[in-house]
Amino acid sequence: MDAGLLALALATARLATPLAIAAMGELVAERAGVLNIGIEGMMLFGAFAAFAVGVATGSAALGAVAGIAAGVLLAAVFAGFVLGRGADPIVSGAAANVLALGATGSAFRLVFPPGQPLPDAPALSDLVPGLNPFLALAALATVATGVFLARTRAGLAVRAAGERAEAAHAHGVRVLALRWGATLFGGACAGLAGAALVLWISNTFVEGMTSGRGFIALVLVLFGGYRAGRIAAGALLFGAASALQFRLQAMGLEIPYSLLLMTPYLLTLLVLAIFAGRVRPPADLARPFSARE
Amino acid sequence: MSPRVLLQPLAAIAAATALASLLLAALGADPLLALGALARGAFGDAYALENTLVRMGPLVLIGLGVAIAFRCGVWNIGGEGQLYAGALAATLVATRLAPGAPAFLLLPAVLLAAVAAGSAWGGIAATLKVGRGVSEVLSTILLNFVAVLAVAYAVHGPLQELAATYPQSDPFPEAALLGVLPGAERVHWGLALALLLPLAGFLFLFHTAAGLRVRAVGLAPEAARYAGISPARETVGVLLLSGGLAGLAGGLEVAGVTARLFENLSPGYGFTAIAVALLARLHPLAVLPSAVFFAGLASGSGAMQRVAGVPAVTVQVIEALVIFFSVGFALPRRGA
Repeated sequence: MDAGLLALALATARLATPLAIAAMGELVAERAGVLNIGIEGMMLFGAFAAFAVGVATGSAALGAVAGIAAGVLLAAVFAGFVLGRGADPIVSGAAANVLALGATGSAFRLVFPPGQPLPDAPALSDLVPGLNPFLALAALATVATGVFLARTRAGLAVRAAGERAEAAHAHGVRVLALRWGATLFGGACAGLAGAALVLWISNTFVEGMTSGRGFIALVLVLFGGYRAGRIAAGALLFGAASALQFRLQAMGLEIPYSLLLMTPYLLTLLVLAIFAGRVRPPADLARPFSARE
Repeated sequence: MSPRVLLQPLAAIAAATALASLLLAALGADPLLALGALARGAFGDAYALENTLVRMGPLVLIGLGVAIAFRCGVWNIGGEGQLYAGALAATLVATRLAPGAPAFLLLPAVLLAAVAAGSAWGGIAATLKVGRGVSEVLSTILLNFVAVLAVAYAVHGPLQELAATYPQSDPFPEAALLGVLPGAERVHWGLALALLLPLAGFLFLFHTAAGLRVRAVGLAPEAARYAGISPARETVGVLLLSGGLAGLAGGLEVAGVTARLFENLSPGYGFTAIAVALLARLHPLAVLPSAVFFAGLASGSGAMQRVAGVPAVTVQVIEALVIFFSVGFALPRRGA
């Protein structure tokens, strides 16, 4: 393979990784019946925690763990309101995103005051050349999620909770507990995806650096028709588009920068317009469930 | 009116402020100093008050649209993008299409263009929803990014000032500017609109057949369908309406406050407006006091940063917590 093509393939895999990881988490949450548009914020939470802990300890692995923990923390806040209080998931997800922007922004400026040199985040080094642990985790998450949902009893229970919550409950499925678990798993994945942005892709933190990747992951779940393998393929497609975008920029093509930046969002809208109507989401998605009723 | 109606929003504000103070203390800041500076920066003197009123305008307009859309069960998260679309169209008219026109023509044309562009931006989401089954949540969020980048493109490209020094548009001609209110330094005539439109929104929502249809679709779409109401039509209608209001906010911002278009025109008015509508419990008249609160947060945040060293973005934490507490403890559940 010629060097340019190889570089493009590597960049594609790198840019697809956070999308795929976050989308797997959202897939499990949505299959359980929880629509979480807050994964954008959970990703950002994870990115900041990975940066702060990574810089403080010098360990990228600890940074990644902190990223996961931060994603879970914000997911728990979200679940507390949505599952605990029956709050609307759309509004709560939007609030989680605003919370993440504000909290990471303030913490970033308080811990790393503007004007002082910003330290680099430690990088998680490749297992073997070309295979970063984050990429391996993305592949693992895809396979594991696919197998879990399609071939295990627990996966069946998760799907039942999202498809027919009342019927599942009548069959002894603990719907609320499953939804909690799925939401926290989604938060963990989003946090890990944020950590990948910091510890592998950009090695620094910038306010609002997720810039819509969480929303793109949400759309990928639809695009993939709620199947792990197809969602990962969609992530690779988006990774390729972004890699090409950077390549075109580097080649000095006369396309205004802001229009280049616009392409992933337009592509996502296009994907939605083509695929959204053909996909049937879980029947009880975003419908509140209470065992007491 | 039962006291609970007032009590719940106030409790949401108190709980959010208390929690944010704890977080600030944990990060090593002095919460009391910060909140004092915030309050003085928002309402402490005439300058602060004007600053708050200027920020209140867009929050009222967009918040009103959000309240009406949410009442219809339409999750328009796209106020920010619709505002940018409105500002872009207003600038196009004022600085390129008809900069020489007299004020009685130009100013209305500028504001109409803003409304039309905001409506069109909401209309894209409506078309995608009704025609292609695309959730408006996702489409409006994505359209926010597109609109912000479209403005970035415009001020670096076709709408950049003729001097081509900075990424900003030419200044608006005098005839395209809204005057300031008598006795004010900065508060412009747009404030009058911001005070009147909530009343119009209230009358529309609760005293017209169209408003009843909007609420019926939000409360029970199936029942509404049986009553001969088309949920699709109402969805399109509220997206055009709320988009138009956000577009108007964008037009008023460039014609009344900044007199130019540039990147980062809005400090997130479109997102804050969601908090405004929810704290107001989606009531058009309550949008006014709710907007005063959030405008105060925004205008006081600068003083808070100067005096107490607390980053201005911290107010977003309060904003988010108010949303959480409003929907977790106050809003009637959907369908209830």
